[in-house]
Amino acid sequence: MSNAPLIRIFKASKRFTKGKETITIFENLNLSIPQGDFVAIMGPSGSGKTTLLNLCGGIDRPTSGEVHVAGARIDSLPEGALSKWRAANVGFIFQFYNLMPMLTAAKNVELPLLLTKLGGAERRKRVETALKLVNLADRLNHLPREMSGGQMQRVAIARAMVSDPTLLLCDEPTGDLDRTTADEILKTLQLLNRELGKTIVMVTHDPEAAKYARRTLHLDKGVFTERDVAAA
Amino acid sequence: MSLASQIVTVTAINLRSIPQRMWVSLSTVVAVALVVAVLLSFLAMANGFQQTLRGSGAPDVAILLRGGAGAEINSGVSRDQLRLIEEAPGVVRTAEGKPLVSGELYVIVDAVKKASGTQANIALRGLGPEGFAIRDGFRLVEGRMYEPGAAEIIVGRSLLDEFAGFELGKQVRLGTATWTVVGVFEMGGTVFESELWADVGAVQSLFRRTNFFQSIRARMENPEAVSALNDYSQADTRLKLAVKSEQAYFADQAGGAGGFIQNLGWPLAVIMSIGALAGALNTMYSSVAARTTEIATLRAIGFGGIPAFVGTLTESLLLSVVGGTVGALLAYAFFDGLTASTFGGSFTQVVFSFQLTPELVVQGVVLALVVGLIGGLFPAIRAARVPLVAAFGEK
Repeated sequence: MSNAPLIRIFKASKRFTKGKETITIFENLNLSIPQGDFVAIMGPSGSGKTTLLNLCGGIDRPTSGEVHVAGARIDSLPEGALSKWRAANVGFIFQFYNLMPMLTAAKNVELPLLLTKLGGAERRKRVETALKLVNLADRLNHLPREMSGGQMQRVAIARAMVSDPTLLLCDEPTGDLDRTTADEILKTLQLLNRELGKTIVMVTHDPEAAKYARRTLHLDKGVFTERDVAAA
Repeated sequence: MSLASQIVTVTAINLRSIPQRMWVSLSTVVAVALVVAVLLSFLAMANGFQQTLRGSGAPDVAILLRGGAGAEINSGVSRDQLRLIEEAPGVVRTAEGKPLVSGELYVIVDAVKKASGTQANIALRGLGPEGFAIRDGFRLVEGRMYEPGAAEIIVGRSLLDEFAGFELGKQVRLGTATWTVVGVFEMGGTVFESELWADVGAVQSLFRRTNFFQSIRARMENPEAVSALNDYSQADTRLKLAVKSEQAYFADQAGGAGGFIQNLGWPLAVIMSIGALAGALNTMYSSVAARTTEIATLRAIGFGGIPAFVGTLTESLLLSVVGGTVGALLAYAFFDGLTASTFGGSFTQVVFSFQLTPELVVQGVVLALVVGLIGGLFPAIRAARVPLVAAFGEK
């Protein structure tokens, strides 16, 4: 793991206006995550975990402050440039997998590669490699409805990995899975972190899931506390 | 990857997800299909009517009416005027030197429609001896020609198909006399096929209009001779008859009633389109709502907003085109070739067939596309603006 920060959030504030009321999610938040880290972010509902994840992935912008990720200040990038930046640097893993239901596993995994200049044969090769990495080489042509929850999440991991992004952002990746399947998914994420050096930021409610991370940050009332440095 | 490729990918995902929204998509298809079918039925009716009238006239046959009379029914021409026209310049003559001029009497009589059993006006035309030589395409297909001076009629094929009681050999009461149907004629589906024909002398006698005609038809040497005949007529104070080519006469008649049908069809279709538009909007908003997570996920992965916009619009256009095509097929199946009759320019029934042409089908499909375009535009804008955080769902 390198000491150079991959993610640096500086004095970030996020506020929402609901009617006449302004809701502050966090104020002047600072965060630094080095390259190659695997961080679990925990905290009560409404603490701003997912909002923080969105800021790291260029999905959302802070009301004020700066967000630097992979060498770019993404809070000020225009929308088009931000899309390209996301395609090149970030892989997303969602709680409910977010696979396209009418596409096969291979076609789902191929989606991020369609944003690159790779030819069809090269894309196919990378899709097969990514699905092999998550032990789904035999499910290339299966539709999501023909797979279990664990298999769908592994397809989602392959999709997040296939374009070789530096950063993986996981939003409750095991929230919809049983314990055994969840452990398999978390081991896969751990493997990606340890063997391939991927930086992973994972939002979770599950303390067992957090144990797979190198460290856990607790976010509550806009303040971080570092609880554990744990690994399974 | 180019924007075009992104658009193709997102559009393909959209279209392949239509079966998941089968019923709501189907409702749009049906609504658009009905709009197009109604529009095309009106346009086919107007077109059939106009084609029947326009196909009836020859450019080198002059029709002469009393000045100011717009139609034969309002006109009156004397035997003296007929004689003067027979001597007019530019009139074609037979080998025996007879001018091809026919003084004609046009009488309205009652008949019963086969389809509805209701009474309607039809035309009984008395023709001069040269009336047949003037008209191209006349064919006696059953029976024989009427005898001069006898109470005998030949009946047009369209009229025979549409009205009861005019079968060959039947006797019919017209005015105060009983007439016998002795023949059936065809004339290329023109307006003349909606008429009964008899000898002009017999009609004059049995309808007590001796020495009275309502129109004169004359075959001219060429179309230009028709206007020369008009000049001749206007220059002679004994004539002062209005002269038109038969083609121009029927074109004027077609424009009036045909235009009326057309003008009825379009507003009706536009009103129905508003209903179909509401359906299309509902369908496409539902589509965007159902795909919010998918759209947001694609955007999170790095796809742009324009592909989401185009994909949604394409889905709407596709559903509308399918609806338009179904509507055109329905119109073709149920209306094309359908025979109907309506009032022509002389208060008599003109029998005609609905005619659906490729040009009319294009108009129907264009209307469907307009419904699809407007119905898809606003949902497409919404699709392009789906917030990316929607990829993470409600928390």
